[in-house]
This record gives sequence, structure tokens and C-alpha cells, in this order.
Amino acid sequence: MGLDGSREALEAIVRGEAGLVLASLIASFGDFDLAEDALQDAVAAALERWPQGGVPQRPAAWLTVAARRRALDRLRQRTMRADKAEALRASEELRRTEIATQEVDDSVTDERLRLVFTCCHPALSPEARVALTLRTLGGLSTEAVARAFLLPVATLAKRLERAKRKIRDARIPYRVPPESEWARRLDSVLAVLYLIFNEGYSATEAEPAVRRSLCEEAIRLARVLAALLPREGEAHALLALMLLHDARREARFGDDGASVPLDEQDRLRWRCDELFEGLAALRAAASCPGRGAYQVQAAIAAAHVVAPSGADTPWHTIAALYAELEALASSPVVRVNRAVAEGRARGPEAGLALLAALEGGDAARLLADYQPYHATRADLLRRAGRSEEAAAAYRTALDLCRGEPERRFLAGRLAGLGI
Amino acid sequence: MQYALLFYNPPLESQPAPAREAVVAEMLAEMRAWHEELERAGVFRTMLRLASVQAATSLRRNGDDVLVSDGPFAETKEILGGLALLECADLDEALAWAKRCPLVRIGTVEVRPEFGPPR
Repeated sequence: MGLDGSREALEAIVRGEAGLVLASLIASFGDFDLAEDALQDAVAAALERWPQGGVPQRPAAWLTVAARRRALDRLRQRTMRADKAEALRASEELRRTEIATQEVDDSVTDERLRLVFTCCHPALSPEARVALTLRTLGGLSTEAVARAFLLPVATLAKRLERAKRKIRDARIPYRVPPESEWARRLDSVLAVLYLIFNEGYSATEAEPAVRRSLCEEAIRLARVLAALLPREGEAHALLALMLLHDARREARFGDDGASVPLDEQDRLRWRCDELFEGLAALRAAASCPGRGAYQVQAAIAAAHVVAPSGADTPWHTIAALYAELEALASSPVVRVNRAVAEGRARGPEAGLALLAALEGGDAARLLADYQPYHATRADLLRRAGRSEEAAAAYRTALDLCRGEPERRFLAGRLAGLGI
Repeated sequence: MQYALLFYNPPLESQPAPAREAVVAEMLAEMRAWHEELERAGVFRTMLRLASVQAATSLRRNGDDVLVSDGPFAETKEILGGLALLECADLDEALAWAKRCPLVRIGTVEVRPEFGPPR
């Protein structure tokens, strides 16, 4: 392994431990910025010394001790400030922290739950939650996060600053909320992780390597969350859902670059390790009390995946699961997906009827620009033999298309109509 | 640390008098109960119900002068009807009290911390 290779490996180890260490530092010092600066110093020291001295047996402990020393140094510097009030405050904080850290050995308590609940607090804007989670728990650099969301680095840096300032000024507490609030607060955390995953999985504009790292990060954090909250079914379910999607990532596009529908994918390209882990996570979810929306979505993904072939896809089961999902979390998106399943289970007219029910309601305005609605309508009309109407719907869907793979797929279907 | 809870309510003037009076009476009774809870918990500092926005006067700079005009800061659908100041340890505590405020049912409650470095 050359020097470059080992540096990459070291950086990967460091990044893997960063969330754990940072969470612990914030718990000790109560200050995001101080913790981040101290961690950065410790990481720099590690990348300098570990190539020669070797990676320590417990990297997280090494980093934590090094970072704590740096943080105490910085606090001492603050006490020497000219401003008396500031110096006094810093002095007291230093005394308090020195006592506190003396009592703790070099073990690292896992404070990541506190960190993730704080980063995903409802008082922070949704964009801020995502950025903060990726930066602190994910250990991604500001540049990496900016790249992932196609934002200028300065914009993202400002967003992070504002979020940390809000945490400080409004006094958002650094803690795990009481269990009575978990149902709501956990929703926010899971939504952030799923958003990160989808940004990596479905977005088409950022570079593939960047999008891949988002998916990997989301899955890694979901694993951590499921391990930290073993009795929360939805945490396991979200992990299952992500893995079952991710397992199929190499079968999504054909050799012509067009996207391939689930039941037509080359199953040999599905990754077995992720499928097994995903199905195990779903079983873990099912063994927990309650049955939430992520569990139903994961069950749908599982139904697709355990079928021996695309032709054996259990559409009736899937349609019933979508109906269950609609009762839990109704939305035009769910209704459109349900229409697909009903169309395959009971015939295209059944699917079209479900879509028709949407068209009259409040959602009608949103549907006009919702590409999957038009694409689904087109497919159902095609299967029903209503070719002229199908062609019109395909053309509308093509106009709304934002990704090349989807465009090629729809163009192919349209051409197949021969109109 | 002190948190200001600012109560923004839809104007009730648009409703016919009997309905309006019933809503106001119900709200006042519930606000009195909420006030008592805040006192018992030791978080209450002050509360102020403001007169209707029609009684408001605004001052703005106009060149070297100050212009006095009739009306509130901004013509908005929801109107600042009052405020409360609570002493809470953190935002979660302030939010928990704000959620119990009866005015949340009919309008918006903004929760804003006092200015300054955390003590």
C-alpha cells in the first residue's frame, strides 16, 4: 500500500470516528465550534503521526484525548484575553472543564444520539438539519457537503454558521429528548437521513462519486441509529428501505443508459449482501412494537426483491401495502405508486380510476408538474390499449423529465407505440 | 434565560359580534388558566395583552424628520395581540409552555430568546 493509499485509509478511519468523537467533545465542552476546532487539530495531528507510529488500537480514544487537550489549550488562551469579563468567564469554564475531564478516563462515551437529535431539532430549518448532520455526524468536510448539494462553499458555510448560532442563541439543548417526544423528534431525524440518501440515489446533477458517498453516509448513519435505538422499529425500517434500494443500484440503468423498471431489472446485478442485511433489518423492525410508514415502504421493497423473478412480482400484496401506506401517510406520490401496483394487480383501468380520484382534489395543481404522475398515466393507458392518449401522456412526461435515463426510457416507450 | 412569546392572532373584527365575544371570552378564561400554570411552575415573568391594532401608531424616519402615522408596523393577516415573558432553562422548555398556550389554536406563537451571550 503506497503512501497515498495509506493516507486514504487513515482518512477513512478518522472520518468513521469523527462523529463519535465530536459528539463526546460537545458533551464535555458544550460548544460546537470549540469542539470542531479541537477535533480538526487532533485529526491533523493523527494524519501526521499515525503513518509513522501506526494506527492506535482505539483511534476514537486517541482522537478524543488529543482533542480534549487542544480544547483546554484554547480555553486557556481565552482566559488571557484583555477583556476582563470574557477572561473571567473563560477562566471559570476552564476550571469546570478541567475538573470534569479529569474524572473521565480515555474511554469515549457514545453521545451520538444527543448530537443527532440536536442537529435534527425542529427549530432548525430542514436544510440546516441536513447540512449539520452531514458535517458533524458524517464527518464530511464543508466542501464535500457543498459539492453534494451543488452549492457554493461559502453558502453552505454560512448555513452551518447560522444553524450553530441558532443552537447557541436560542439555547437548543444538547440532549436526547424524553421518550414521550421520540415519536415526533425521531421523525425529523429519519427524514433527514432519508433525504440525504435520496439526494445521493435519485439526484442526477452532482458527480456520481459524490452522490455515492451520500448514500453510503446515509446508510452508515442509519446503521448507527438502529444500533443506538434497537427498540425503535422505524429506525430499523429506514435502514432496511435504504439497503433494499441501494442493493439494486447497478441494475437501475440499461446498457443504453435508459432507466429500467424494477420488475424488468437484471437480478444478477443486485447486491446480495445488502439485500440480506436489508431483509434482516426489516425483520428487526417487525419485531418492534408498532408499524410505521418506513416499515410499510420497506415491506414493499422486500416484496419486490424476494420474488423469484420480475414476472412473479406479487402485485396484489404490493397494492395492499400501498393502500396501508396511504392510510398512514397519504400523498399524491403514494397514490401514484399505488396506481401502478393496482394497475398490475387488477388491470390498467383500476389504476386509472385511482389516478382519476386524485385529479379532482387539492393535489390537482401539483400533479400538473409531477412527472411520475404523467409517466404512470401513460403506462396505464398504454396497457389499456388507449394508444393516442398514452402517446399524449408520454409527451407530457418527457417535457417534465429532468434525468437522461428516465428520458431515454420514456422515449423508448413512446416510440414503441408507433404513433 | 428569558424567552418572549409573541401572540399573533387573526383579527376577530370580521366575525359577527356574538361569535366574536364568545371566542374572546373563551380565550381569556383559558389564558388565565395558562397564566396560573406558569406562575405555579415559577417560569412566569410578565404578560401583556395589547389593544386592537386599530389603536396602534407607527413612527418612521422621513429624511431628517420622524413621520407619525396611524396603524401598525405592517398590515398583516395575523396581528400582534400580546406577549408573555418566561424564564426557561432552554428552548425545549419554552416550546413546551408555548404549546400549552391556548392561542396556538387560533393563531401563531413566536418564541424568541432574549438578546445576549448565554449565561
